[in-house]
Amino acid sequence: MKTLFERSVPGRHCTVLPACDVPVLKPSETREKALRLPELSETDISRHYTSLAKQTFGVNDGFYPLGSCTMKYNPKVNEKAAQLEGFTDVHPLQDAQGSLELLKTAEKYLCEITGMDEMTFQPAAGAHGELTGLMLIKRYHELNGHTLRNKIIVPDSAHGTNPASSAMCGFTVVNIPSAPDGCVDLEKLREAAGEDTAGLMLTNPNTLGIFDKNIKAITDIVHEAGGLCYYDGANLNAVMGIARPGDMGFDCVHLNLHKSFSTPHGGGGPGSGPVGCKSFLADYLPGEKVVEENGVYRWQSRGENSIGCVRGFHGNFLVVVKAFAYLTTLGKQGVPEVAKNAVLNANYIKHLLEGTWQVARPGICMHEFVLTLEELKKETGVSAMDVAKALQDYGIHPPTMYFPLNVHEALMIEPTETESKETLEEAAAAFMDIWKTIQENPESLHDTPHHSYIKRPDEVTAARHPVLRDPLND
Amino acid sequence: MGSYIPSTDLQRQEMLEEAGFSCFEDLYRDVPEELKLNHELDLPDGKSELETYSVLKKLAHKNKVYSSVFRGAGAYRHYIPSIVTSVVNKEEFVTAYTPYQAEISQGVLQSIFEYQTMICELTGMDVSNASVYDGAVAAAEAVSMCRSPKKKKVYVSQGVHPDTMKVIHTYSWAASDEIIELPLHEGLTDPQDIKDSDVSCIVIQQPNFYGVIEDVRALVSAAHEKGITVILSMNPIAMASLPTPAEYGADIAVGEGQPLGMPLSYGGPYLGFMAATSKLMRKLPGRIVGRTVDSEGNTAYVLTLQAREQHIRREKASSNICSNEALCALTASVYLSAMGPDGLKEVASQCYSKAHYLAAKLEEAGLKRRYAADFFHEFVTDCDDPQKLVEKLAEKDILAGLPVEGGILWCATEMNTKEEMDALVREVLK
Amino acid sequence: MKTPEELKYSKTHEWVRFISETEAEVGLSDFAQDALGDLVFVNLPEPDAEAVKGETICDVESVKAVSDVYAPVSGTVTEVNEELLDAPEKINSDPYGAWLFRLTDVSDTDDLMDAEAYKAHCEAEAH
Repeated sequence: MKTLFERSVPGRHCTVLPACDVPVLKPSETREKALRLPELSETDISRHYTSLAKQTFGVNDGFYPLGSCTMKYNPKVNEKAAQLEGFTDVHPLQDAQGSLELLKTAEKYLCEITGMDEMTFQPAAGAHGELTGLMLIKRYHELNGHTLRNKIIVPDSAHGTNPASSAMCGFTVVNIPSAPDGCVDLEKLREAAGEDTAGLMLTNPNTLGIFDKNIKAITDIVHEAGGLCYYDGANLNAVMGIARPGDMGFDCVHLNLHKSFSTPHGGGGPGSGPVGCKSFLADYLPGEKVVEENGVYRWQSRGENSIGCVRGFHGNFLVVVKAFAYLTTLGKQGVPEVAKNAVLNANYIKHLLEGTWQVARPGICMHEFVLTLEELKKETGVSAMDVAKALQDYGIHPPTMYFPLNVHEALMIEPTETESKETLEEAAAAFMDIWKTIQENPESLHDTPHHSYIKRPDEVTAARHPVLRDPLND
Repeated sequence: MGSYIPSTDLQRQEMLEEAGFSCFEDLYRDVPEELKLNHELDLPDGKSELETYSVLKKLAHKNKVYSSVFRGAGAYRHYIPSIVTSVVNKEEFVTAYTPYQAEISQGVLQSIFEYQTMICELTGMDVSNASVYDGAVAAAEAVSMCRSPKKKKVYVSQGVHPDTMKVIHTYSWAASDEIIELPLHEGLTDPQDIKDSDVSCIVIQQPNFYGVIEDVRALVSAAHEKGITVILSMNPIAMASLPTPAEYGADIAVGEGQPLGMPLSYGGPYLGFMAATSKLMRKLPGRIVGRTVDSEGNTAYVLTLQAREQHIRREKASSNICSNEALCALTASVYLSAMGPDGLKEVASQCYSKAHYLAAKLEEAGLKRRYAADFFHEFVTDCDDPQKLVEKLAEKDILAGLPVEGGILWCATEMNTKEEMDALVREVLK
Repeated sequence: MKTPEELKYSKTHEWVRFISETEAEVGLSDFAQDALGDLVFVNLPEPDAEAVKGETICDVESVKAVSDVYAPVSGTVTEVNEELLDAPEKINSDPYGAWLFRLTDVSDTDDLMDAEAYKAHCEAEAH
């Protein structure tokens, strides 16, 4: 499809602004290079993006079981609320009682759900929250004179952001192997924890979708060694309202409002990754905190021990508005209902697939589970990638592929609670249909999808000889 | 109670039984009893959509929306063409994930490719990434790009936005870099303060926080003489009028993209843009989209150069960024398409002209401009009692400039009519 | 799989071509390039970098992986093959022509294998 630049016609434009009503002046030194932006009518722009939208698969298009990403339905009232003028047309440096009250209330709700004492909304994404959480741990050890504590323990099944965030804080990463069930190997953890341990990063349920029963023992081992425990909230959808990271022994957490709390992903962002912590870490949180006195809200400094700021102003405020609207709708009964039905849906579709497809770790799962196609690939040559691409032809967004790293030929399936029984059954039927094709004609799967806008792209050429912008006939 | 769970009670029971469970509690048998929450969550009861919307509306109404705004300081009120709002509310763009599955994500991938192209055109730089969280983080990430074991020092001009300064300090504290702040003289960063050569990079802002147009060329040449990489944080609207970051000689151009079609939104979501010379291409953090072909030779777009990123390089990655601000990048692209080259130049010209008109009128009214150097669309005036003036103007539905250091930082954009500015001046005189 | 007789090999699949007693060229073996798949970029070492036998000296990238290249011997980097920056595919198409870097003051050469021993090592590893 033509790019905006290829559609451009010199002299064409939209009429947006009135003429200047004051004398026109110019700075002494001005831009020399021609400003080559596309020249388009409003019709051109509207049609261009409508075509692009048609080539984009969103949650509104169909089932999106992308493991660890919690692609639940994004309720429209949240969007409508975030478009209220009272939220959108408010300057970040003006008194805004409504915004402050909303932030304070959202903090209260989310602290209740996580078992934490205070929270910051500055982090703009999950990885950003992780970084912030690790900074809290770094500050804690720094202020307590623990100069030797520079190692972060991360299980080998962890998301890549865990080690990357640790490295950004100057920590050395100690990877510990998981037990066969994907849970933490307590012996290995005991060996790894010691005088140099700064902390541990963990998701629970883990990336295989299993709730680690030993969680309290795990956090105890780390605490006894003098380290702190960080909860990666990526998988909170399975347990919110049922069990709390704070009660499991975690000292700080990050949440993904764009996962568990239904705010949309926007094709990659904006998200919001608030970080909560126990009170002994609260002074280290970034940014100012909202305080209330006699019904009047204001920002207050956290003092000199704060790590500073991890983002400008107050974070992705409108994303918090959407999550707040969601929590307002769900209320105290709705939050655990979400978790229970997310777990039910995962177990139901797992049950429908099991027996034909191989589940990496049999038994009960939480909000997601992982298939392994290792044997299948050996026998038929059909890979996890082939099956993922084939699913596209059934109007299903593929599951997460090749993650976690400790499962070979992995497909990680997370249906979420907002999918109906019928959708799950249709998806299972699609998997079974693909299975049949694998038995009859495995070769035909190597060039799937057959019905998408493009065939599989040549990623090797893309990376070897990068074309990262429209050349504009240069 | 409100809910988005489609399965009926009957269906839920059927699913439970078919999967081998008798009740919901069975699903959580891996969770030790003592860890289960033993009380109802301390949240209000759930609500219907109508009730939720009215709760949110009430909160929104507690925020004052001013009819005339003269405050910028890092967040700028510009006109947002209707087509922008319409396009970015398309559900496909709103509800898609990061485009890992290229075959069914060509739309979002192409839109990012177009965004990267526009950022390159605007900044004059060679390559752009797909965005980071905001302008402050973009500057901090740019500092990380320059980190080397041999050079642990970083120069940061005190003309950068205070939040940008704080974020750079925080990121650099974590990475054990040493920040050296360069003070302003008469509102300007002084090239003569660039003395050391064991410094990895320098961060400059154009126009700076006080609105002043810095002599960036002189700063760049002083920095390059010492082998220091130049990071220029620049207002994207100003790029349509002032020389581009590339023309100034910057190695990395970053900034806050909010002025490109994003509402003020009490501070976010905003857009951190990052662009660099091709030499630094592989050090750029975050997603990057490339153009290639599919197995049948058709044009195709994919996420590329992924081996830089955390999911592959893990602890050796120079950044951990994963989610970005894709929808805000889309917003910027639609905005730039709707404005076109002439429209964007007109916005920049009106910002400059109106701010100069306002400065002259305020000076006549007794608010003297603090710095002699030229400015873009913001300027500082002295003021005896800034807080009092701000409150007085608020009563007239005017959001005054931001009180800073015993003065006021004013801003004018194409949104401020002559009539509005004259009214402001009359109030100041009262 | 090709394993030229005139070269020496390391357990980590680098080949070494001695130019003189103290100077050598280093690249990735045919076995290595085949296992890594299509390479898309190579992060070459800095000229003057110290190579320490067995330690990471640079890395190569495929679309979905980064793999460390270990120094097969110790020495000082004198030159890097910049041609590979624009044409990493040469490592795949001509692994023994696509040298990565040259070393001087070469030492710690005792553990290098000849072609025969290396072939056996690869066979053992493949099973």
